[in-house]
Amino acid sequence: MRLLAVLAALLAAAAAHAAPIGYDGARHLLDRTGFGATDREVREYAALDRAAAVDRLLSGARREAVTPAPAFATAPFAPFRRLKDMDPEARKAYQRTLVQQGLELRAWWIGEMLATPSPLTERMTLFWHNHFATSQRKVRLAQLMYRQNVLLRREALGNFAALLHGIAKDPAMLIWLDNAGSRRQAPNENFAREVMELFTLGVGHYTESDVKEAARAFTGLSLDRDTGEYRYRPFFHDAGGKTVLGRTGNYDGDDVLDILLARPETARFVAQKVWREFVSPTPEAAVVERWAALFRGARYEIKPLMRAVLTSDAFWDPDNRGTLVKSPVDVVVGTLRTFDIHPSDLRPAAVQVAVLGQNLFAPPNVKGWPGGDAWIDSATLLGRKQFVERVFRGSEGMGAASAMAEPEATMAQAAGPVGAGAGPGANASMQRMMNRGLGSYAFNPQRWTHSLAEGESARDLEHLVLAAAPVNAIPADADAVERVRALVADPAYQLR
Amino acid sequence: MDRRDFLRFSSLIPFGGMLRLAHAATSPGTRRLLVLVELKGGNDGLNTVVPYADPLYAQLRPRLAIERDQVVQLTERAGLHPELAPLKPVWDARQLAVVQGVGYPDPNLSHFRSIEIWDTASKSDEYLDEGWLARAFERSPSPAAFAADGVVVGAGGMGPLAGRGVRTLALASPEQFLRNARLARSEPTASGNPALEHILRVEHDVRVSAERLHPGRGFAAAFPQGAFGNAAGTAAQLAANPAGIAVVRLSLGSFDTHANQKGTHAALLRQLGEGLASLRAALMEIDRWDSTVIATYAEFGRRPRENESGGTDHGTSSAHFVMGGAVKGGLYGAAPQLARLDGNGNLPYAVDFRSYYATFLERWWGMDAKPVLGDRFQALEFV
Repeated sequence: MRLLAVLAALLAAAAAHAAPIGYDGARHLLDRTGFGATDREVREYAALDRAAAVDRLLSGARREAVTPAPAFATAPFAPFRRLKDMDPEARKAYQRTLVQQGLELRAWWIGEMLATPSPLTERMTLFWHNHFATSQRKVRLAQLMYRQNVLLRREALGNFAALLHGIAKDPAMLIWLDNAGSRRQAPNENFAREVMELFTLGVGHYTESDVKEAARAFTGLSLDRDTGEYRYRPFFHDAGGKTVLGRTGNYDGDDVLDILLARPETARFVAQKVWREFVSPTPEAAVVERWAALFRGARYEIKPLMRAVLTSDAFWDPDNRGTLVKSPVDVVVGTLRTFDIHPSDLRPAAVQVAVLGQNLFAPPNVKGWPGGDAWIDSATLLGRKQFVERVFRGSEGMGAASAMAEPEATMAQAAGPVGAGAGPGANASMQRMMNRGLGSYAFNPQRWTHSLAEGESARDLEHLVLAAAPVNAIPADADAVERVRALVADPAYQLR
Repeated sequence: MDRRDFLRFSSLIPFGGMLRLAHAATSPGTRRLLVLVELKGGNDGLNTVVPYADPLYAQLRPRLAIERDQVVQLTERAGLHPELAPLKPVWDARQLAVVQGVGYPDPNLSHFRSIEIWDTASKSDEYLDEGWLARAFERSPSPAAFAADGVVVGAGGMGPLAGRGVRTLALASPEQFLRNARLARSEPTASGNPALEHILRVEHDVRVSAERLHPGRGFAAAFPQGAFGNAAGTAAQLAANPAGIAVVRLSLGSFDTHANQKGTHAALLRQLGEGLASLRAALMEIDRWDSTVIATYAEFGRRPRENESGGTDHGTSSAHFVMGGAVKGGLYGAAPQLARLDGNGNLPYAVDFRSYYATFLERWWGMDAKPVLGDRFQALEFV
């Protein structure tokens, strides 16, 4: 009897794997791995089974952006300038340039998220940006932030070991965690500590002594101030013996990274984070353990891990759908993608994302954005609703009063890509720019309705727009446009 | 019954938060306001409250030590960083308490773990889910007529106010909050989806608070430009609100000065000093200075010996400020014992941060601190 039951369960599971994922399944897959999805995209995937749908996503992975880089990013490197050596006018102008470049960079990335044929690549790039969280507030040079973004994308679905080794020598990271100036006489512990706590092992799996010893090994990983490139400085390096995690040798930085990669905690740490990003807020230890073993066994190739995650029963479990809180990028980019809105200027979108608490290239600290419930507080929830109202009501929702008095404090934190350097005027002008700019982000109901498949029902609309049932009942006599407005205003629109 | 029917049905079940509100007793002590200022990233206590007479101080910091003649002298041994000069009048009025050596046993040097310890008031090896203020308000709710238990100004998480049974708002200014509050329309329901329930609870809190929050008023006091000055202005607006608020949390940072500390630290302390001085002026103007206490906190201080990058690495105990019309000014705790550093080169602590918290709970609000902090911690005498 029991055998039969097990057999039946196995058969049911196999059937679920082989059956077409359907409209809701396709919507779930595309929303979780990308940023929203159009009705057409959802229909394209609906007929595929799990494996085929996931293979199609993974085979489309990219290593480079499709959008041409902003001009400043590929211009010859402008060496670091000491603010102290500049007169006040020059300093102001320099800081203004850095702020403008930072904003251009943010708009460029959002443009890539919208334009890419592989939204999964951008979601993973953003996932790694949050994992190796580096901020322009300290790095300052937007060009170096761009280069780091290129690295994150190259290995987004590539290899985690390669990414970790690359990040340790990434100029923005070398500045961000102070390794560039770390010398054998007095090693700076910042990178050594965070690489263990946040990039690999997780807290509790190393000692203070491991941090100090590893910091000695990382000395010498530095950068060339004239080219902005990585440079090894043998004179800085402590070539003596070190003991890290119980192993002793004349280690350099790469050796220590390999020691960290050899530990099972590293794969477990990453696998658990992947669960939280793609499945639900509550990882199941046994499943995470399986994924971690697979990840480590695959020598940290990311695609096998993602294939296991995206074809897993946990990922497809109806109970896990709609359990994640959308990030500000999900809200803004997802809205633009799902509703086929193509603004010519994406800088207002970049500022909007920042105002909602996710200032790209400027995470709050090296731990990244905490995410989950923390995305939503009274300020950010109202900000999200205001954004949606602006987009879906067009100009009528943009009263002069609301455009006049945007929150100064929020803007100061959000729009100042290089922190205090932005100056008081920069925030005010950025906020005006956002308010003006969002006016051109209006939803076009006629065009959008036209893009829907023939015979689209009210039910389909609800299933396209929301990941969970709406909280508020929608009046039965509402037309399609009113219905859309009600759905995006519903609290369930904040879920994915 | 499909999902929507279930939702509609379950919306009839009263929401925990409303129940609590309805039964909350009015306790007059909670009219008093606590303004917390988080110095994010770990502030360098030694260059904030400078032990300028200790020869070890200059020895440990050949590049970073504040020159003796630059220090704003408080006593013959302790002085303020020169950018904190705006706080000197508060000291002279005997309304500034400087608490030295605040920390905890077995200090953790990770930002995230250590601020979690501070936010939840846990032991070093204990993991708690809720903030210490959230626990306090769950046991001893603010009067039902209050606009909120706590307001977090600007971004940065709920910190000590994180918890399910506490009414907390995050906002940039009351004016802007009220303008958008009309967008929160949903009723709380039980859905079995924790993320959705969180969102609905926030909507609920927005609606309740919106009815009790007044748009800002003007002040003769001028607030400095910049994010912290704006936040101080918002704190003053909230203090002026007719319906009470028990806690306002501000934050400033990052104080994580691993490299080239001097200029960064000076700029931050200037914002802190000017911001707090302007807040004090505004509170005096509305007659709330005597019923408000302002207190700083941070995950840790920084290491006494400067590093090779002209900065300081993560440390342990640090000095904190408490000010208000009811504060008994002076030095509390113990001066940094630079000759007694631990194996990592860090300072021992003199005052457990939970004693610091117990002081606000017991002596400011008249609450029993023990169930909130899990143990009995001796309150200090500064209020």
